[in-house]
Amino acid sequence: MKKLQKILLSMRILIRVLAVLFLFKLPVVLAQSFDYSGQVALEVRGFPEESLWPGQVEGAQFSSFLEPEFRWRNADRDSLLKFTPFIRVDAADDKRTHFDIREANWRKIAGDWEFLVGATRIFWGVTESRHLVNIINQIDYVEDIDEEDFLGQPMVQIGRQSDFGRFDIFLMTGFRERTFPGRDGRIRTPLPVKTGDAVYGNSTEQWHPDVALRYSHFFGDFDLGLHVFRGINREPSFVLSSDNQSFTPHYTLITQAGIDLQFTRDAWLWKFEGIVREGQGDTFAAVVAGLEYTFFQVAESDIDLGLIVEGLYDGRDKLNFNNIRDKQIFPSIFDKDIFLGARLALNDVQDSSVLVGFITDIEDGPATLRVEAERRLGEDLKIELIGQAFFEEAPKNPASFFMQDSFVTLRLSKFF
Amino acid sequence: MLILKRLKQFNTFNYVILAGVLVLASFANMPVAAEDLDQKGYDVAARNDRSDRGFNNSRVELEMVLKNASGAESRRVLEQSTLELPDESVGDKNLIVFFSPADIEGTALLSYAKILDPDDQWLYLPALKRVKRISSKNKSGPFVGSEFAFEDITGQELEKYEYTWLREEACGELTCDVVERRPLYKDSGYTRQIGWVDQTDYQARKLEYYDRKGSLLKTQLFEDYKLYDDKYWRAHVWRMKNHQTGKSTDLFFKDYEFNVGLSDGDFVRGALSRQR
Repeated sequence: MKKLQKILLSMRILIRVLAVLFLFKLPVVLAQSFDYSGQVALEVRGFPEESLWPGQVEGAQFSSFLEPEFRWRNADRDSLLKFTPFIRVDAADDKRTHFDIREANWRKIAGDWEFLVGATRIFWGVTESRHLVNIINQIDYVEDIDEEDFLGQPMVQIGRQSDFGRFDIFLMTGFRERTFPGRDGRIRTPLPVKTGDAVYGNSTEQWHPDVALRYSHFFGDFDLGLHVFRGINREPSFVLSSDNQSFTPHYTLITQAGIDLQFTRDAWLWKFEGIVREGQGDTFAAVVAGLEYTFFQVAESDIDLGLIVEGLYDGRDKLNFNNIRDKQIFPSIFDKDIFLGARLALNDVQDSSVLVGFITDIEDGPATLRVEAERRLGEDLKIELIGQAFFEEAPKNPASFFMQDSFVTLRLSKFF
Repeated sequence: MLILKRLKQFNTFNYVILAGVLVLASFANMPVAAEDLDQKGYDVAARNDRSDRGFNNSRVELEMVLKNASGAESRRVLEQSTLELPDESVGDKNLIVFFSPADIEGTALLSYAKILDPDDQWLYLPALKRVKRISSKNKSGPFVGSEFAFEDITGQELEKYEYTWLREEACGELTCDVVERRPLYKDSGYTRQIGWVDQTDYQARKLEYYDRKGSLLKTQLFEDYKLYDDKYWRAHVWRMKNHQTGKSTDLFFKDYEFNVGLSDGDFVRGALSRQR
């Protein structure tokens, strides 16, 4: 609770300072422009089943978050400042109550060059079921388990656009630990993960200088991205803590090379993401490959229906339950899986859409089913419904940790 | 029309016959041959298209007002940047950034217009900071829930259509050439469009869209023209009315800015994340 009060106090001060700075939400096309926008949300997550692990919240979990964004740019639009704090307050899980700076950066554009200093988020992937190639940012796992929420990563980024594509170098330090639910939280490992006390495989710990190189371009119908990364693994391994009451996350140095590729033709999208990673157990490869086909204007309506099929492979060391006490574990839900998805876009004034995704393990059977639906209400409200079911027919699959944690989230957001 | 097109590829004998018919036709003071009407239609469209040549790049903010049949309104504010490519055999590059509704603020759509091939399009989703290459087959689908289809917004390139001049008639205080155009590109939602182009400034005043069954679907009006740099006309109000659903979408443009220093490097997927 003390932590929460501290966060709230610092947020309050911050908002006051910013309110003075950005007294008016000025329209664009002045000599320079100040601007802000943001989202505030109320959310309830319901768990119909009783929890599996001791201490977990039962029934409903109430939560709320605020994410304002403050922007400045000069008249020439070649110098930009951005500040995006994020705070979530969770009624049940004090580890889910957290504060992050999603963006706090200065960007300078000079001809074909682009420089960025500060914290930001970078998204590279093309596939839908998993985002393998995103290595720059740590996942804000307490937000959602879909690996689409990221913690801001401090960096210096230098980009160069040329006729042959774009080259980027990312120099990063100030590694961010992955967030995990606390003892009270659902959708967690049998014992909670003790964050803030991570063990590193390198002497400089989180201040290790991480480097990434990125090349991206399009060639006709192909969009290609390549990357190389050397630094602290964003995915931890877990070791049983000395008190036997929690897992301690271990972060080692890895070297990773990866590719993302999409071929776009007619209503077809063919997608591929692959990585090879050295330094996390035995060197392994992981792949997501698939396709998406969209039926536009189904039955002469405005509705688009997209169908997605993706195959997933992850060759990392297998999790071994019997040896949890001795061995580090490397959870991967996606060792040999098939993803089937459907995307329904109503293309109405309210931008209503529904996304359904089902993952099944080729060896262990069904793993999880997820549904996301959203619709704008009026001009600046949005309602979202997210449901996910975990199936228990997969005793060897890490998803079985969550077999009692099927949930439905209802979120109402106001945008400003 | 089609028959004449095929005739064109035949031997000169056909031309002799055609010429004979033409001569007879002109003697009889009949309307000129279809081929000439096509050429005339093309010329009107080309004059309109070329009246715009040389603007290099422009930027404009606009508001979109969507009305349903019962009159309920919904608004979007966006900014459109355009990079003109001097080569007429490739289309312009276009960047649209949304300011509102607030939940899609920062969403950006980058298009490279092609003539007959599908456009290249990338969509930027700010919540995920993700750039997606998207299929541009969806030409006839609604643009952000409006009565404008994607094909109505992106790339009004001259060579995307074939033309036939229909007639001349008064349009307001001006006189207009009325020209039919038929899309040559794939996946259009239209069989034909009929446009009114004035003979004074060579600008479009009205455009009718006919659906795949050939019935009148929509009418678009171009109003409030202003002249920039003594050279470039821009309509500041576009009104699109759907006759079949009763819905309408109006676009209200602020003042255009020309030569704002945009170049190829501003119209690449890597630039999408820095628009806001």
